[in-house]
Amino acid sequence: MGRYIFKRGLISVPLLLVVSFLTFILNSLSPMDPAEVVLHAQGVPRITDELLEETRLALGLDRPLLVRYWNWFLSCLRLDFGDSYVTGKPVWSLLGPAFLNTLKLTMVSVVAIIILSIALGVLCALREGKLLDKSIRGISFVLTAMPSYLLASLLVLYFSVKLDLLPTNGMDTIGSYILPVTVITISYAGIYFRIVRSSMLSSLNEDYVLYGRACGLPERKITRRILRNSLQVAVSVFCMAIPIILGSTVVVENIFAWPGLGTLSVNSILSRDFPIIQAYVLILAASFVIVNTFSDMVNAWVNPKLREDG
Amino acid sequence: MRRFHYFLKDKLAALSLAIISITVIAGIFAPWIAPNDPEEVHMELRFASASWEYLLGNDHLGRCILSRLIYGIRPSVLWVLVALVASVGIGAVIGFIAGYFKGRIDAFLMRICDVMLSFPGYVMTLAIIGILGVGLENILLAFVLMKWAWFARIIRTSVMAYAESDYVKFSKVLGMGSLRIMRKHILPVSLPDIAVTSSSAYSSMVLQLSGFSFLGLGIQAPHAEWGMMLNEAREVMFSRPEMMLAPGITTILFVTAVNFFTDSLQVALDPKLGISGKKRQGRPDSVAGRIQRNEVA
Repeated sequence: MGRYIFKRGLISVPLLLVVSFLTFILNSLSPMDPAEVVLHAQGVPRITDELLEETRLALGLDRPLLVRYWNWFLSCLRLDFGDSYVTGKPVWSLLGPAFLNTLKLTMVSVVAIIILSIALGVLCALREGKLLDKSIRGISFVLTAMPSYLLASLLVLYFSVKLDLLPTNGMDTIGSYILPVTVITISYAGIYFRIVRSSMLSSLNEDYVLYGRACGLPERKITRRILRNSLQVAVSVFCMAIPIILGSTVVVENIFAWPGLGTLSVNSILSRDFPIIQAYVLILAASFVIVNTFSDMVNAWVNPKLREDG
Repeated sequence: MRRFHYFLKDKLAALSLAIISITVIAGIFAPWIAPNDPEEVHMELRFASASWEYLLGNDHLGRCILSRLIYGIRPSVLWVLVALVASVGIGAVIGFIAGYFKGRIDAFLMRICDVMLSFPGYVMTLAIIGILGVGLENILLAFVLMKWAWFARIIRTSVMAYAESDYVKFSKVLGMGSLRIMRKHILPVSLPDIAVTSSSAYSSMVLQLSGFSFLGLGIQAPHAEWGMMLNEAREVMFSRPEMMLAPGITTILFVTAVNFFTDSLQVALDPKLGISGKKRQGRPDSVAGRIQRNEVA
C-alpha cells in the first residue's frame, strides 16, 4: 500500500511540471503581441514603437523562453503570478479569495450531490421498474438535458422574483448558497445517481445476496450489505467528480454573480487579462492533478485490486 | 443491419433518431426552410406574439424567432458535430496505433493523453478562448484539442481487447497487412464502442457550447445561436419570461433526443445487452465509466 502511494505520488510530479510548462507557453500562442496587449489593457491612447520596446523590456520578453519559464515557475511557487494587466494589482490578491469562494461552492455542492445521488440511487434500485424508479429516472433525464443556465434562470424567476425568498446574486448570507448549489447539484446528481443505482443493481444479483436470503436474513440487513459493497464504485466516482465540478462552475457563477474563479476568468477573458487567465489555468490544472492523485490513492485503499496495476 | 433493425424496434429510439435527423436537415437547408430572414430587424414588431407570418413571434429586436432557431441549428448542432467528428477521427487514429502496436508507441502516446487529460476540459476551453479570442471557431478548436485524448483512450482500450483475439492472430499468421487487419477485423467490432462514446460526448458538447455562447464567449451578434438566444431572453426575463420558451425547449428536446439515442444505441449494439430484455436492467459499469469524466454544461 505504501509503495503504491509513493509510486502514484511520484508520477504526478513530472505531470505537474509538464502541465505548468504548457500553461506557460499558452501565452505565446496568442496572435497578439503581449506588450501591445498590456498597453491596450492599460488604455494607453497612442502606442508607439518605443513604448512597445520599453514594455517588452519591462516584461522581460527579450530573454529566451526557457529562462522566462524557469523564472515564472519559481515565482509561481511563491504564489507570485505577476500583476494584472488591467488593474495592475497582484494576480494572487484577486485570484486567492476567488479560489476560496469557488472551493466553498464546490464543497457544499459535492456534499449535496453525494447525499442526493446515494439516496436516489438506493431508492431507485430497491424499487426497480416500479413507478417511483421510472419517474425519478424520467425527470432526471430531462433535467440533465437542460442547460444549467436555463435551470438557474427559471429558479431565479420563481424563487427570487415571484416568491422573493432567496437572493439572486452574491454570497452574503447562507441563503445565497441555496440557488447555485441547487443548480450544480441537479446537473450532476442526475448523472451520478444512475451510477449508484446500476452498481446497486449489479450487486443485487450476487450470490451472497441469495445466500443471505436463503439463510432468512431480514431484508433490511441484506440491503445494508449490498449498500456497503456498491458504495465502493460510488466512492471512486465521487472522487473524480470533485475536480470536474471545481472546473465547471463557470456558468453558474456568472449567473449568480458568485465572486469566484468562474466570474473572474470570464471577465479576464473579455478584457484579455493574460496573467489572470494563465494563473487560473495553472491553479485549476494543478489542483486537478493533485485531487486526481489523491482520489487514485483513496480508491487503491478502498479497493486492493487496483493496487496491482499501478 | 440486423442490429439496426433492433434499434428501430425501440420506439423511443426511433423517435429520437427522427428528432435528430429533422434538426440536422433543417439546419443544412436553413435558407430554404426558414420563413424569414433571421437577422432582419423590425422595431415595430418587438415582442410581438405568434402570428401567421412569424409563427413563434418576434424577439426584442423584432426578429423572427423561428427563423433564428432554424439558423441557430448550424452553430449549435452542426458545427459541434464537425468538431466531434474531427476529435473522434484524431482519437481513432491515435487509439488504433496505440492499441494495435502496443509497446513503446503505446506508452508514449498514452503519456501524451495523460497530460492532455490532466487539464480540466472546461478550464482549458476557457483558456484557449482567452488566448485566441472570443468566437465560435475558437471554442470548436478548443473542443477538438481537449477531447481527442479522451477518445483515443477509450478507442485504444476497445482496440486492445480485440487485437488479442484469435482471428486477428490468425490473420497475422496468414500474412495480412496491419492496415488491412485493422480495417477488416478490428474497426467493425470496435465501431459500436466508438459510436456510443461519441454520441454520449456529443450531448455534453452541445450543452457546453451553448453555455459558452450564453456567457458571450461564443458566436457574436447578430448571428443566431441557441445559447445566445437564451442569453438575450434572460435580459428581459422579468418582463417577458416567455421569450425563454422557444430556445429553451428546443435545446432540451434535442439534447434529450441525443441522450436517448445514446442509450438505445448502446443496448442495440451491445450483444450482451440486446438479446434478452431481462438482462437490460443491470446496465454495465462501463456506462458509468464513460459518464464519469463527461462534464455538464
